[in-house]
Amino acid sequence: MEHIELFFKSIFIDNMIFATFLGMCSYLAVSKKVATAVGLGAAVIFVLAITVPLNWLLDVYLLKDGALAWLGPEYAQYDLSFLSFIMFIATIATMVQLVEIVVEKFAPALYNSLGIFLPLIAVNCAILGGSLFMQSREIQTLGLAFNYGISSGIGWFLAILAIAAIREKIRYSDVPAPLRGLGITFIITGLMAIGFMSFGGMLTGGDDEKEPTEQTAVVKKIEIKKDAIDIAKNETEIKE
Amino acid sequence: MGLLSKKDAKLITDPLADNNPITIQVLGICSALAVTAELKPSIVMAVSVMFVLAMGSTVISLIRNIIPSKIRIIVQLVIAAALVIIVDQILKAFAYELSKQLSVFVGLIITNCIIMGRFEAFALANGPWRSFLDGIGNSAGYGIILIIVGFFRELLGSGSLLGYKVLGDAIEKTGVYAYGYENNGFMLLAPMALITIGIIIWVQRSRNTSLIEQN
Repeated sequence: MEHIELFFKSIFIDNMIFATFLGMCSYLAVSKKVATAVGLGAAVIFVLAITVPLNWLLDVYLLKDGALAWLGPEYAQYDLSFLSFIMFIATIATMVQLVEIVVEKFAPALYNSLGIFLPLIAVNCAILGGSLFMQSREIQTLGLAFNYGISSGIGWFLAILAIAAIREKIRYSDVPAPLRGLGITFIITGLMAIGFMSFGGMLTGGDDEKEPTEQTAVVKKIEIKKDAIDIAKNETEIKE
Repeated sequence: MGLLSKKDAKLITDPLADNNPITIQVLGICSALAVTAELKPSIVMAVSVMFVLAMGSTVISLIRNIIPSKIRIIVQLVIAAALVIIVDQILKAFAYELSKQLSVFVGLIITNCIIMGRFEAFALANGPWRSFLDGIGNSAGYGIILIIVGFFRELLGSGSLLGYKVLGDAIEKTGVYAYGYENNGFMLLAPMALITIGIIIWVQRSRNTSLIEQN
């Protein structure tokens, strides 16, 4: 239950783009075509799934207040948490490099689709943000950290996929000249974020007996969201 | 500016408007939006970024000839991270409430595209003084947008500026509230930051039509 809750919460309620604006730069720069957006999105899920659990281990066994107690009682009073920025970013940069080498060697097909995006990702705010939120939200177990990494990656993936689809369509519509390109993308993202706010009540007010109904409600809401995106697309088509 | 040559002064004035890092270069939006619900965190964020970018650019520019180009990204990240740690510790020591409010977004200055973008595009190819000026200019351009967004969001959202109730008291109905004015709580929510920046871009590009993009 804990896992399912975290999963849906990270995808919809705390969506990286719409709730915390993480990874906006690559989101805006790479969302002109659906195909490239899918590539980048997949790479983000992949890297988040690796780095968040790794940084969780680092945080729990090295950085937290008293985390060094496993070395012996005399180390128990050390608090290295001020080093977390530099440790996290170093882990991320080396992991990205390592993943790139390993993927190139063992899965050339995957490398061809993800490869060009991997170096870009080391400096993506979404990746470091994932680790920092993992730390500040005090995620309890390694499993949950892995779950958090994957699900927030999926949330990011959904967001970039949706905006890329809309931007492909919007190319044919008559946007006021000064808003073209960047401006309209910002405003559309804002409107999508308002839409995602409606997921806010998704996980509140339920208890264990109501579990099945809650699940169906979730599914319905996702369908509604899809419909909303379709409607938005149709509208842009009509404008053509 | 007698102190600076014309070319150097351009480094500072250009990013303020026609080459603004946020609205034109599309850099550093990540951590910009989330902190702008009030004016004070926006100002603190702008100052922090200015410190990191100006110092970092100078340092990178000083060691640019001895960085092996293959590992330059990691070198840049480590320098940015070290400077951000300084900012974070100072904030925690002297403005604890504020640092709680900014939460992870101070840390995210490290991966702020503005930092990496300017290191990569300018500091690696120019001398320390010019890199320093470029850092100041770009972070000022970033700060201006942050402060404009923070100003409107706090004024329209909670009717105050820097915590002072400039529009009167909403509960006791003084000031403009006596005439039936209401705060727009929506301005405080995340989506309005995006829409406010969209409007800024709109205004800027209608004033300077050469910036308009092809669809």
